[in-house]
Amino acid sequence: MMRGAGFWIGAAVFIALAFAMALTIRNEYAFFAGFVVLQFIVLATAWNILGGYAGYVNFGTSAFFGVGVYTAVFLLKAVAAPLWIQIGVAALVGAALGLGVGLLTLRLRGIFFSIATVAITIIAETLITNWKFVGGATGVQLLRPPVTPPFDSYIKMLFVIAAIMVVIAVALARYVQNSGIGRGLRAIRDDEIAAECSGVPTLNLKLVACALSGALMCAAGAPSAMYLQFADPVSAFNLNYSVSALAMSLIGGTSHWIGPVLGAILLATTQQLLTVTISSEINVLVLGVMLVLFVVVAPEGIIGLARKVWRLVRRGSS
Amino acid sequence: MFSWELLGDALVLGTMVGCFYAAVSIGLSISFGLLDVPNVAHPALLVLASYGAWLLGDFDIDPILAGLILMPVFFVLGIALYRTYHETFEKRGSDAGVRGLAFFFGIAFIIEVGIIMAFGVDQRTVQAFYIGKSIEIFEIRIPMRMVVAFVMALLLSLALTFYLSKTFLGRAIRAVAQDEGALRLMGADPVAIKQWAFGIATAVVALAGALLIIVQPVEPTLDRAYIGRTFCVVVMAGLGSMSGTLLAGIILGVAETVVLTMFGASWAPAISFTLLLIVLGVRPQGLFGR
Repeated sequence: MMRGAGFWIGAAVFIALAFAMALTIRNEYAFFAGFVVLQFIVLATAWNILGGYAGYVNFGTSAFFGVGVYTAVFLLKAVAAPLWIQIGVAALVGAALGLGVGLLTLRLRGIFFSIATVAITIIAETLITNWKFVGGATGVQLLRPPVTPPFDSYIKMLFVIAAIMVVIAVALARYVQNSGIGRGLRAIRDDEIAAECSGVPTLNLKLVACALSGALMCAAGAPSAMYLQFADPVSAFNLNYSVSALAMSLIGGTSHWIGPVLGAILLATTQQLLTVTISSEINVLVLGVMLVLFVVVAPEGIIGLARKVWRLVRRGSS
Repeated sequence: MFSWELLGDALVLGTMVGCFYAAVSIGLSISFGLLDVPNVAHPALLVLASYGAWLLGDFDIDPILAGLILMPVFFVLGIALYRTYHETFEKRGSDAGVRGLAFFFGIAFIIEVGIIMAFGVDQRTVQAFYIGKSIEIFEIRIPMRMVVAFVMALLLSLALTFYLSKTFLGRAIRAVAQDEGALRLMGADPVAIKQWAFGIATAVVALAGALLIIVQPVEPTLDRAYIGRTFCVVVMAGLGSMSGTLLAGIILGVAETVVLTMFGASWAPAISFTLLLIVLGVRPQGLFGR
């Protein structure tokens, strides 16, 4: 009970801080970069629900993200829907897509599931490329609606919205982890057949995880359309989102919800700095190298390293 | 719109493209199909080999010869890759799936970005006397480069089929695929055999990469399109079946060429992935699966 209260106090402080920053700090660039970091926290957290707890490696983060972007674009062009409706509908679409993908592919194991998720990314991208209404291959320019007070710029408002989404995503991941769903998913990861035989409803649990994860990824994609004021299939469905979400979770550590959060903060911040100071190629390179290094040297991620250090410290003091 | 003549052209060209797809997938058919290594870096290695052939092309070396020169280099690279994979994942046992996949995914990205940083994002082509010409068979014009790739692909598939069924080491590789534990009981070292097999699979990729740059211009992110094609062919074939690989390649090649002719190029990237999903959904053991 006490630990639960601590979490919610922390979440409230986090949102209040983001809000206060948006009202006081004048430099827009901080929010421009901060939004991306928050977006990646949501993506990594969402990835970890299926990939970390259940051990199903999803290479299709970019599929969900892209579908989220284009749900927003469609709603904007068709009915000029406000941002919160875009995000809400994107989450619903994402949940439905996750459920569909799950039904189609979750009977497959290991690498087959992963390749199937890549397949869904490319198929979704091809469909959008051939859909003229949302801009087709050339992409589409979007106009931001006027900003609502108390914010003085749209980017700051997006930043606060992203902060709220982070809290929702982390709270969901934390709930899944501590509930029966999480225990079931971990049983699936350790030995799916044994879990099935012990009466764990494996397919249902995987479907729940897939739908949740998909909803969060799509929701994370939706505000991105307004953020960039432009959407095109190649960048919306870019595989970099997939590798980033996966790498951030694995580097942070997949066993606890804090892992993807730490990984995303660390990597996304580094990436923002590298993109600005050197080039955008080098940040993908750093991501790849870090990913390979961590899975080889520190398979439990930052969490695992921290636990090891903690154990050493305790042994030293006693 | 529909014409039999066009369909006939598509079938002939599709068969040739298909044999080429089989050639670029056959390495994966060994590493993933037989050895069960989740080698998602295969297409990236393929593009890397293409860039190798392109570099050697600067010294007036024919791309196919370049591919042959690169084979030993890739053989060693393959052995190094497998050793790392084995030491860090297969030995530890638990959780090898997630991290092994992430490992190869990371390697693929490193190769891709490495190529971008070294050579930029421009498309690269090679020069050879057979590139740019075309011949006419039964009134169908076929680019000479496709013929070369087709013949080389057939030779490669035949050579590997022969190697795996007739030679001692080839049979040993298939024995590892069938029952690793039994092999260990016979006093053989399965890891040494798998290492050798992974080396061969990667060496084959070197030659396939040379064929790739003969068939089409190569750019660093081309591997993404080939994730779909190679895995589609290998899974459709049934894991580890060499003759199946050839047939599956032809099915994919014909399907892509027909769709390309009938509906246009913008639909092409999804063909291989759609076929793959259908195979996974309907017959996951593939055409020739056990």
